[in-house]
Amino acid sequence: MNINSDIAKTYTLSGRKQTMVAILGVLLGMAVYMFMNSMNEGFNRTSNESFFKSTPHLRIYSDDKISAPLQKLSDAEMIIINPKIVPNTAKINDPQAIATVLAKQGEVKVVVPQVAMNVFYNNGKSQINGKTVGFDPAKGNEMFNIKSFMVQGDFDNLSSVSNGIVIGSGIAAKMNLETGDNLSITSSRGVNRVLKIVGIFQTNNSNEDKTKSYVSLTTAQQLMMESNAYVSDINVNFYEFERAKDFAAKYSDMFGYKAEDWQTANEAYMAASRMRTIVITFVSLTLLLVSGFGIYNILNMTVSQKINDIAILKAMGFRGNDVIRIFVTQAMTVGVIGVALGITFAIILINIMKHVYVGGDIGYFPIRFEPIVFLRGTIIGLFITFMAGYIPARKAARVDPVSIFRK
Amino acid sequence: MNVLSVNNIRKSFFDPVEFEVLKGISFDVKKGEFLSMVGKSGSGKSTLLYILSTMDTDYKGELKIDGEVLTGKSLDELARIRNEKIGFIFQFHYLLAEFTCLKNVMIPALRLGKYSEEEIEFKAMEKLTALGLADQAMKPASKLSGGQQQRVAIARALINDPLIIMGDEPTGNLDTKNTDIVFNILKDLAHNSGQTIIAVTHDMDFARASDRIIEMVDGRISD
Repeated sequence: MNINSDIAKTYTLSGRKQTMVAILGVLLGMAVYMFMNSMNEGFNRTSNESFFKSTPHLRIYSDDKISAPLQKLSDAEMIIINPKIVPNTAKINDPQAIATVLAKQGEVKVVVPQVAMNVFYNNGKSQINGKTVGFDPAKGNEMFNIKSFMVQGDFDNLSSVSNGIVIGSGIAAKMNLETGDNLSITSSRGVNRVLKIVGIFQTNNSNEDKTKSYVSLTTAQQLMMESNAYVSDINVNFYEFERAKDFAAKYSDMFGYKAEDWQTANEAYMAASRMRTIVITFVSLTLLLVSGFGIYNILNMTVSQKINDIAILKAMGFRGNDVIRIFVTQAMTVGVIGVALGITFAIILINIMKHVYVGGDIGYFPIRFEPIVFLRGTIIGLFITFMAGYIPARKAARVDPVSIFRK
Repeated sequence: MNVLSVNNIRKSFFDPVEFEVLKGISFDVKKGEFLSMVGKSGSGKSTLLYILSTMDTDYKGELKIDGEVLTGKSLDELARIRNEKIGFIFQFHYLLAEFTCLKNVMIPALRLGKYSEEEIEFKAMEKLTALGLADQAMKPASKLSGGQQQRVAIARALINDPLIIMGDEPTGNLDTKNTDIVFNILKDLAHNSGQTIIAVTHDMDFARASDRIIEMVDGRISD
């Protein structure tokens, strides 16, 4: 063994109690850092998952247009002084062509043209407000994974039963409906249809469950009294949902319709998620930093206690770098052991929390082993311990032996 | 042959007021010489020793050891030269308390890295045996008596077979019996192993028994 590490080892072992306290500090800092950040990742993933049960990564639609005032001449007044929304603009021209082009883009996973509208579910004299979405059932399932939260019936029947409808569990409960029953529905255009329930879904998001239903594209077009070329939005899912924002502008320019990514459409949710990430990062980094201070303190004390040793080592021909190595080795020993134990502790904690049931649409506590978080934590933890050792070590390296011997 | 020579060494302290502690010191030391430096407190003898030891680099003039000019060399180079060519014995023995006597003796050689650990251990044991400490080798340094500790320190100073052994009051803290033991060891090293000894001392008996005395008076060598 190298003599520097040998000396470091002796110092570490002779101050066993101090070393243990420092290790404990790093352990707790590391474990909490990894646990909190894994939890944050888990929260984000769960909320994204429940999000994408009903929201596409990108929605292309025709935004309402305000009638433009006629060109203003040099000093003339505007001709239209009270502009209004142009009627009948919520329609995409030639949606099949757009869908075909989109499907050819490398980043696009699935394209679903849909007809969305507000409807009333009629139950005798009372009506329930709701929203129905019509699309190709196979593609719709590929995008929202609807089959995974079906509780009754079969989603596939939507394509075989021509007047089929799949409704949320909330609607079914309120209206006392089951698969196979009939449901009368009135669209915003005043069209009445009686549809056959082929399935019931439950997302655990009560707002969705109480209002939402799915029909085939043809049924939806009929409810809107439109031709079979009518589509109100084109939904797009990407392979990487994080990059939806980058593609939005590109598609807006490409097709001339508004392309809105999920982050922009849900700014409030994104802001809350960012804020949570900032708070958790700040708190967990502070904890890591505090454990770094523990190491710094202990090494600072060791350096003061061993100042005679340092002087004698320098007199015997140890260079400044040797002295730095001795104390940095000591800090890194504490750091490596602390980080390793911290990882172990965090994994145990995560495994316990994973089995805690919290209910609601979350179910079990949304946490799991996140390799990226653990990697980041390890790097930051080792860096902090290195610095916590390096600063006192540099002080030790600068000790002037003559000034010590003269005392 | 000159092992060490200094030429017109000057040094001043600036705190609290400017004070020239060494006023142009020049002398040569031959191989195998046992040299004592004496003088009153504040005469500059310790200051001079620390300059000779290469640990103090803040001086004017020139220092040569083994024919090599050391003035102006980097701290790392000086550390290497100290490690290889100079052994130290201090008044308060300054052993590393948490290590065994054997390890204390081995440390400078381990730093030098010229021999394997087994060879170094064998050599260290040899030195301790020669100084009558074979049975103390595995004890922690802090468990030994003052005289024993000083002998361990001598063994440590000898481990790299240095050209020069420097002592700052090597017997200052010892009783008469141990002083005699340490003195005889040093004398034997100078006369039989050809190693040069430079020792700062207050003890006039010790000085008179050595080969040569340099007396410092107010920053100068008196004649």
